[in-house]
Amino acid sequence: MQEQLRILAGKMLADGRAARVLGWKRTDFETAPEPSFFTAQDDLSELVYNKYCAANLSGFMIGAGKRDGVTVVFLKPCDTYSFNQLVKEHQIDRAKAYVVGVSCGGNAKVEEMEDVGWLERCLVCTKHDHVVYDELVLDESLSRPEAQDRFGGVTRLEGLQSLERYEFWQGELSTCIRCNACRNVCPACNCKKCVFDSAKYDTAAKANVTTFEEQLFHIIRAYHVAGRCTDCGECARVCPQDIKLQLLNRKIIKDINELYGEFQAGQDTETLGPLTAFNADTDAEPSIVHTRG
Amino acid sequence: MYKVSATQLTDVLNTLAGTMDVFLPIRKDGQTNFGLYAEGVQADFDTLKTVKPPKEFFLPQSESLYKGVVDGKDIHIEPAAFADRPFVVFGMRGCDVLGMEILDKVYLGEPVDRFYEARRGHGCVVALACGRPASTCFCKPFGVDASDPQADVTAWLCGQYLYLEPVTERGRQLTHKLEPFLQDADAEDVAEYRQEIRERLEALPYNNLSLDALKDADMLEVFNSPVWDSVCDACIACGTCSYVCPTCQCYDIKDYNTGDGAIRYRTWDSCMYSDFTLMAHGNPRKTQKERFRQRFMHKLVYHPSTAGGQLSCVGCGRCVNKCPSSLNIVKIMKSLGVS
Ligand code: SF4
Ligand code: SF4
Ligand code: SF4
Repeated sequence: MQEQLRILAGKMLADGRAARVLGWKRTDFETAPEPSFFTAQDDLSELVYNKYCAANLSGFMIGAGKRDGVTVVFLKPCDTYSFNQLVKEHQIDRAKAYVVGVSCGGNAKVEEMEDVGWLERCLVCTKHDHVVYDELVLDESLSRPEAQDRFGGVTRLEGLQSLERYEFWQGELSTCIRCNACRNVCPACNCKKCVFDSAKYDTAAKANVTTFEEQLFHIIRAYHVAGRCTDCGECARVCPQDIKLQLLNRKIIKDINELYGEFQAGQDTETLGPLTAFNADTDAEPSIVHTRG
Repeated sequence: MYKVSATQLTDVLNTLAGTMDVFLPIRKDGQTNFGLYAEGVQADFDTLKTVKPPKEFFLPQSESLYKGVVDGKDIHIEPAAFADRPFVVFGMRGCDVLGMEILDKVYLGEPVDRFYEARRGHGCVVALACGRPASTCFCKPFGVDASDPQADVTAWLCGQYLYLEPVTERGRQLTHKLEPFLQDADAEDVAEYRQEIRERLEALPYNNLSLDALKDADMLEVFNSPVWDSVCDACIACGTCSYVCPTCQCYDIKDYNTGDGAIRYRTWDSCMYSDFTLMAHGNPRKTQKERFRQRFMHKLVYHPSTAGGQLSCVGCGRCVNKCPSSLNIVKIMKSLGVS
């Protein structure tokens, strides 16, 4: 597949259909390719595609859309949901993107440059097809790790007493170093100025001083991406402290599914999200009993 | 040199914890960070590098400087107290120890930072040799000997023993507290282990980087290099590299509204952030390229120009390991000519 991607990229650059190609570049470590824009055909020998190409390139398309010309971008099935969601939110200029959907056999979790198994998101992946593409480069021989229940972790947490649940989250969030990697990598976190960065507000803390602050950042973020989070798993992948951020987002996804009907953010570029489409006059409010659940 | 049977490690730690705070690596949910030891806590000396660097015990991620309390028409200023409790950081790696030397230049140079000075004055460092250095490590080019890290006490966990070699007076006082457990040992006892470590280091990809290209680098030339135009393309502007770095030293000062006054505190900052050094007139570095460049100019050019050529990186490799976009200082050094 890697070779096919190089050829495709080379053609697009050669005949001027594309100004640049957004893919993954070889580095000193096979396990750590780097998201990169290729503009010269000669550099394409550095373009790689393997199970370590975990970075979701959709977010980089926000900036790419502001540059001249078309950008070719390689997207795995799960990445295409983020791309769609960004198009829906008018963050990506669809006309300036040439989406090449690429097959995925799951991404590896890497620690200290060693392959230590699968990324959690790949173990529960439900996004097997590309929901947006201009062209597909597929490899049918790629098989994924056996799928586990995506909501299993959330269900387990729901089964705990509220104090136990509080302790679980306090334990997770107290290790947060507020590096903002989860926020900055998140395609849904595309605000130009985040409330946590703005000197105008007391929320602009650079460290968690109190347990309240630890929770505030994550809960505000989870609510702000509610209904827009595609469960791409990037936040959990990049967290240097391995905080189980996916559980927070998936709890909200699960609640949305139960309260408003099954919904997958990024499935298409038109359907309004359930929280956006909700009409207080005509739609029934979800029961308070459920929200306390 | 002394040795203690590894089976007595808990007794050693409990003895120390009886007279001072003991901070050591503790594993939790798959990641290891330094934390306060208490009886029953399991130390993790196997993990090579903690996520957060142990500089936090001398330069905490956030600390109060003073409190302003409104009292009628008055405002009382209550300065924060200086650290006065002795503590030991047990199990620092050689790179992190060198990181402290770099922080010392900044925080103990004039004007001396009293908060930092107080912590430095009360803290003892036990450095632990790196049995299994990682492929991201490159401390040797910075002069670190991972097989013999120099701090108040040097320690080796090898075979059935913990070997201890006090280096400074403070280190001797610390080992003195452990007298009941100590047996005499000889440098020869760890010689083979040290040799093994050096061999492992030799096999690592970055162990023999030559930093010559950065010596006497021309500040303006590096600053204006076209390299910066594209090298930060993948940067997502998070603060991971800064917050895991043992030498990153920049802080921000902020006020916390307490309702009846304010707490003025400082926190680690990252030059990757859009509000880094934000001033009334705006931000002097408006683009990510400029902010990204700042991090590496500071480490590779600005700091050396004021510190006798010493780079402000110790080759711990944490940023290599943790960057979400696989960027890191080695990549930047290489694009500036290091090989
Ligand atoms: S990536 Fe992890 S450590 Fe960094 S701010 Fe997010 S939750 Fe905290
Ligand atoms: S899974 Fe995380 S990174 Fe992905 S869209 Fe949801 S919150 Fe953002
Ligand atoms: S710049 Fe990177 S390798 Fe150097 S000391 Fe900081 S975290 Fe370690």
